[in-house]
Amino acid sequence: MIDFDPSEEQQLIAETVKQFAQNEVRPRARDCDEAGKLPAELLQEAHALGLVANAIDERFGGGGARSAVTGALVAEELGWGDLAIALAILSPSLEALPISDLGSDEQKQRWLPALTGQRFRPGSLALTEPHYGADPLRPETRARREGGGYVLDGHKCLVPWIEGGDGCLVSAACDGEARLFRVSRSQAGITATPERYMGIQALPTAELVLSGVQVAEADTLPLAGDALPRLIQRGRVAQGAMAIGVARAAYEIAREYAKERQAFGAPIATKQAIAFKLADMAIEIDAARLLVWEAAWRIDEGLDAQREATLAYRQASRIALEVSDGAVQVLGGHGYTREYLPELCLRNARGFTCFEALSLV
Amino acid sequence: MPISFEITKNTRIAQAHYHELAQQQMRPLSRKYDDREHELPVEWIDWFWKHGRGGPKNPDFEGPGDGFVQVCVQAEELCWGDAGLYLRMPTAALGGSAVAAAGTPAQRERFLAPFRGDGPPVWGAMAITEAQAGSDSAAIQTTAQRDGDDYVLNGTKIFCTSGESAALHEGGFVVVWATVDKSAGRGGIKAFVVPAKTPGMRLVGVEKKLGIRASDTATLSFENCRVPAANLLGSAEVKKAGAGKGAGDKGFKGAMATFDASRPIVAAMAVGVGRASLDFLREELTRLGVRVRYDVPASALGAVERDVMDMEAELQAARLLTWRAAAMMSRGRPNNLEASMAKAKAGLVVTRITQKAVELLGPAGYSKKLLVEKWMRDAKINDIYEGTQQINQLIVARRILDYSSSLLR
Repeated sequence: MIDFDPSEEQQLIAETVKQFAQNEVRPRARDCDEAGKLPAELLQEAHALGLVANAIDERFGGGGARSAVTGALVAEELGWGDLAIALAILSPSLEALPISDLGSDEQKQRWLPALTGQRFRPGSLALTEPHYGADPLRPETRARREGGGYVLDGHKCLVPWIEGGDGCLVSAACDGEARLFRVSRSQAGITATPERYMGIQALPTAELVLSGVQVAEADTLPLAGDALPRLIQRGRVAQGAMAIGVARAAYEIAREYAKERQAFGAPIATKQAIAFKLADMAIEIDAARLLVWEAAWRIDEGLDAQREATLAYRQASRIALEVSDGAVQVLGGHGYTREYLPELCLRNARGFTCFEALSLV
Repeated sequence: MPISFEITKNTRIAQAHYHELAQQQMRPLSRKYDDREHELPVEWIDWFWKHGRGGPKNPDFEGPGDGFVQVCVQAEELCWGDAGLYLRMPTAALGGSAVAAAGTPAQRERFLAPFRGDGPPVWGAMAITEAQAGSDSAAIQTTAQRDGDDYVLNGTKIFCTSGESAALHEGGFVVVWATVDKSAGRGGIKAFVVPAKTPGMRLVGVEKKLGIRASDTATLSFENCRVPAANLLGSAEVKKAGAGKGAGDKGFKGAMATFDASRPIVAAMAVGVGRASLDFLREELTRLGVRVRYDVPASALGAVERDVMDMEAELQAARLLTWRAAAMMSRGRPNNLEASMAKAKAGLVVTRITQKAVELLGPAGYSKKLLVEKWMRDAKINDIYEGTQQINQLIVARRILDYSSSLLR
């Protein structure tokens, strides 16, 4: 039966995260962006909400409530607070979820407790490659068999590289088939150069050069069949939901501003030129959210979601950009200043077209 | 119930049934009655009246299980078939919705029974719009004057869908919105059921239109047209302007509530036309060896692939907004905002999709050999009737800003 209402449990989770985003994340968004730094204590506090652990199997210290729909609800609320901080808070899932989905019991036992335990342990996933036309489904980073293990050579970018993390999952092709390789960040052969982007400035990311990086057989995860496409679909749903959050943040600020700001003796929101623009924003946000939810629901149902996740993400990233731009426009000169958030939303939103699996559900 | 995008088995049965019906009964007549505007599509009407009213014959079908979502699915399939023929179906249509929403049980029985009967086909229609009162329904000039046990109607209504059929075929009716007291503004506006062939109701003419040519769009005049007071829908009490909100004001609010119910259906109709166009485009592209890939980087996508992906995403977005508004209706929740969102989005999206399909198919798309050009012409009405794009934007804007209609005009 068609239903657009989250379950009671989902509503409770979303409401908790919303409060947290409002009270803790949003107030730090500007300063963190300016400083290019994450709020370390806040990440610990957010981790205590159990958002990552909730999705992991109970046998490995999790809550056993995996749901892409719940993940989308959480991602939207956190993204509404601040995109860079949201990506950081959920970063442990970049390792925890693929390990959970693809790993052996031995690997799960070995890696999951650290990611889902009491202390916040950032995670990292390296899928994106810097060359033009890069395709996450067909990595150019190579893994060749040597001895009992593998040797990696290649180039990655936009890799979350948050202080305190010790591992990273790297995608690479081995004999024509992609696999994930768990490397240690300090491992010989890995050169990590900090990157600077137009947006998500508070999130440390690195460009990785992998040169003769050795990985043991026991530290690899298979990506047979549709495992890699499904991983990417989960990324698109998570990022799509965050894009909705960014759009909603910009839209709400524009709406409140338009009700306050006076021109010709009345709030500018009473002019159709502004009011209709806001109406279109509200419609597009709701529409794109439903597409993201539909893709998430398909993932949860075990249905193929390649088309839906791709379309939802395209739509969500496009409207995040359009709505943020529209919000800057509604605020006029103020919108262009760093005193207000829409300019940050605009810089963050622009990134979605090049993000791939920066977050997962 | 948690979030779910699965339509029920019942709705799937309805979907399959109406799809087949659309394909077999409507599509073959599409071009004919687009060319022969103002001619009654008799084959379709006879077939529908004899075989189409009952719904699916499938033994597993249990009636309208999914509520308004199912109604939307049905409207989408039939308009995928042909939007003009859909509008021309012998049903009570919007007039019926008004009777169902605001009428007493006795009125419902009296006016709606012929639509279930074995007599000849009948139509219902709704007459609101006037030359100087379109979206601004409160500016209605048609008057209804009480005279003994009757009301006497005077005025002229335009853009009345199925107005010709409803006014001329015995058993049908037109719901006419008129003011009983101009000084009362909206509070004075009431709805009256005017049965077909009532003396004083006259067909002035039918419009020549861009699309939906199989549907008659009538101008009706009312000259001392007398109807019994029992034909008034809702309360006779007039609430003066500024008297505050509350009961008693069923007239104007009744009309507006009808729109909350009808807008998701119109949005679903729009989605049907848009899908007709997109389905055809995709079949043609497949035939030509153009594949839409969802698993390659954006940099590898061709222009046509991008266009098709955007069309698909936009159409699905419109459909989901529509189903959301419909699901809220089914649960008895206020859906004024969501209904307008769906209508605004769907109207615009299908206008663009159908235009794009003509463009991508080149001369073939522009040619009358195919139906693609017709779907483009048919689609445009969805951005206009039941509240234009701009009216729906206005409603959405008032809601999200929490502004009254006097603050945001």
